[in-house]
Amino acid sequence: MTDNNNLIVYCELEDGKVADVSLELLTKGRELANRLGVKLEALVVGHNLDGVENQLFPYGADVVYKVDDALLYPYTTNPHSSVLINLFKEIKPQICLMGATCIGRDLGPRVSSALHSGLTADCTSLEIGDHTDPKTGKSYTDLLYQIRPAFGGNIVATIVNPECRPQMATVREGVMKKEIFDASHKGEVIDLDASKYVNPEDFVVEIIDRHIEKSKINIKGAPIIVAGGYGVGSKENFDLLFDLANVLGAEVGASRAAVDAGFTEHARQIGQTGVTVRPKLYIACGISGQIQHIAGMQESSIIISINNDPNAPINTIADYVITGNLEDIIPKLIKYYKKNSK
Amino acid sequence: MSLNIVVLAKQVPDTRNVGKDAMKEDGTINRAALPAIFNPEDLNALEQALQLKDANPGSTVTLLTMGLPRASEIIREAIYRGADTGIVLTDRTLGGADTLATSYSLAQAVRKMNDFDIILGGRQAIDGDTAQVGPQIAEKLGIPQVTYAEEILELKDGYVIVKRRLEHGVETVKAPLPCVVTVNGSAAECRPRNAQRVMKYKYAVSPSEKEKLSDELKALVEKRPYLNLNEWSAAYVEADPEQIGFAGSPTKVKAIENVVFTAKESRCLENNDDQIEDLIKELIANHTIG
Ligand SMILES: Cc1cc2nc3c(=O)[nH]c(=O)nc-3n(C[C@H](O)[C@H](O)[C@H](O)COP(=O)(O)OP(=O)(O)OC[C@H]3O[C@@H](n4cnc5c(N)ncnc54)[C@H](O)[C@@H]3O)c2cc1C
Repeated sequence: MTDNNNLIVYCELEDGKVADVSLELLTKGRELANRLGVKLEALVVGHNLDGVENQLFPYGADVVYKVDDALLYPYTTNPHSSVLINLFKEIKPQICLMGATCIGRDLGPRVSSALHSGLTADCTSLEIGDHTDPKTGKSYTDLLYQIRPAFGGNIVATIVNPECRPQMATVREGVMKKEIFDASHKGEVIDLDASKYVNPEDFVVEIIDRHIEKSKINIKGAPIIVAGGYGVGSKENFDLLFDLANVLGAEVGASRAAVDAGFTEHARQIGQTGVTVRPKLYIACGISGQIQHIAGMQESSIIISINNDPNAPINTIADYVITGNLEDIIPKLIKYYKKNSK
Repeated sequence: MSLNIVVLAKQVPDTRNVGKDAMKEDGTINRAALPAIFNPEDLNALEQALQLKDANPGSTVTLLTMGLPRASEIIREAIYRGADTGIVLTDRTLGGADTLATSYSLAQAVRKMNDFDIILGGRQAIDGDTAQVGPQIAEKLGIPQVTYAEEILELKDGYVIVKRRLEHGVETVKAPLPCVVTVNGSAAECRPRNAQRVMKYKYAVSPSEKEKLSDELKALVEKRPYLNLNEWSAAYVEADPEQIGFAGSPTKVKAIENVVFTAKESRCLENNDDQIEDLIKELIANHTIG
């Protein structure tokens, strides 16, 4: 087996494809591993894993652990937890990252409880740094700074795990950037025998039925987003946004207030508890701009705010502010786009 | 079949309505300025518990919460809506706990209770949004967990069938009892208070609250056992001092900052045709659109 003290990413699979969030974490993990001078490891637990390493090496993985067994896909809690718990006792990673998905948020706490290692949920930034305990005066070098919004997003906290390993963190999809590290990068594949890590009694929960739909909505990758808030007023008015999005070749996003009000579906929610986006153009219509929303779109290259309140907080981070009713302004945008394009 | 149902709940500051006065100058939170509420998803969990109780006469629903002594407020709220009784796990030594130390403490309290068939709790609390305590309690108790539950479809013959709401779909799973089920906000809303129960349990108090009552009310509470809520200490649940509170927490808060966004120099446009057409032309010219 390989050396200890590396950084490991738990990679999720759906239909043989590694989840974007896992590739985003490998990208971030590569950067952190370089900073620490350790290896970047990836762990894949599932079935029919032949060749899965080829999806992972380009993102910088030095080692890919594979645990392949028909009973390990789809994900259930206890068998996957046992793999991580038993493997981590052997290879003692210093850091373990996983997606803040329904899987990661189910698995992470179970593993951290068994290993008595700290876990920080939904980090928005990860860094390496030093720490001195204010009480004992003891200092620690090269800890993982787990940075996350707290208190409903009103503050940002930096969390450290000084003593316990691995330092575990989950990160939501879209928060970190996914970037090919080196298309020809190659590493080592280690096949692990599932029966050595999973006990028969782990298979206690049975999946009776499963309907997973590939989401047709892809706001994360859209270069232009037309986003609507509570100010849009109704489901019918949201059609205006779809009209604008159609002519611009954009996707429609939404604030949580608009989703909660039933104007549109949850998959379109942008922000701290939705998706993080970085389009080249973000048109915010009837969105006030509370921090939880801004957290998910502030890195957009150009922001246009359409709001009838000239003092809406979102205007302070917008490049262009159009003050007025969106019902009047959106049709004008459509009209003049049609007139001036091509 | 009568069931012993435990509902885990938390009293939380209402972070959804954080006003200007909720943040102090130094960027820390002025907890006093925030109303304390029943964590929303714990109410969804309570509803699932009450539905199980309706379907299985003779069952009991016990609310378990860890927090300040005033957390007995949410026990009363749960009783008004149909729960039977509740326990506040409260102790100075439990303060400053992260999710791991919290789940250890709550698991100790569960061990101290009578046998239980199922533990329900909200998916996550709105002050931390971590969703960690449910799964960690399940691990500490060595029982299975079902997270993201939207509906309990069936409970019989020692197992429960649960519909889970995931990012991209739904999954139905069958888990053996006892187990921990954490309930999503998309599950059925909690039933309102029942007026008769409000009358009956208005003076349900914890021991520390009882001390503050008039002699007359104290006598009333003593006469009626159902008005006595439980208050348990760390020692009572035999919690290892090394594993609770700040000392028992592997994660430490290194720093807290206020969220600041750098304001941009923005161009303000009027809602008139010329300015909007100019904007569109500019965005086409610099290839942002088109
Ligand atoms: C833990 C937590 C997590 C959260 N996560 C998210 C998240 O991921 N994403 C998110 O978006 N929010 C999130 N929120 C909620 C967030 O705090 C705000 O409540 C929400 O973003 C407000 O949405 P809004 O701007 O659409 O609505 P409002 O704040 O109600 O704003 C409506 C705006 O529309 C304008 N308006 C009204 N009528 C018109 C009109 N005719 N024409 C033009 N403008 C008009 C108004 O001036 C106002 O500015 C979260 C909150 C918490 C506590």
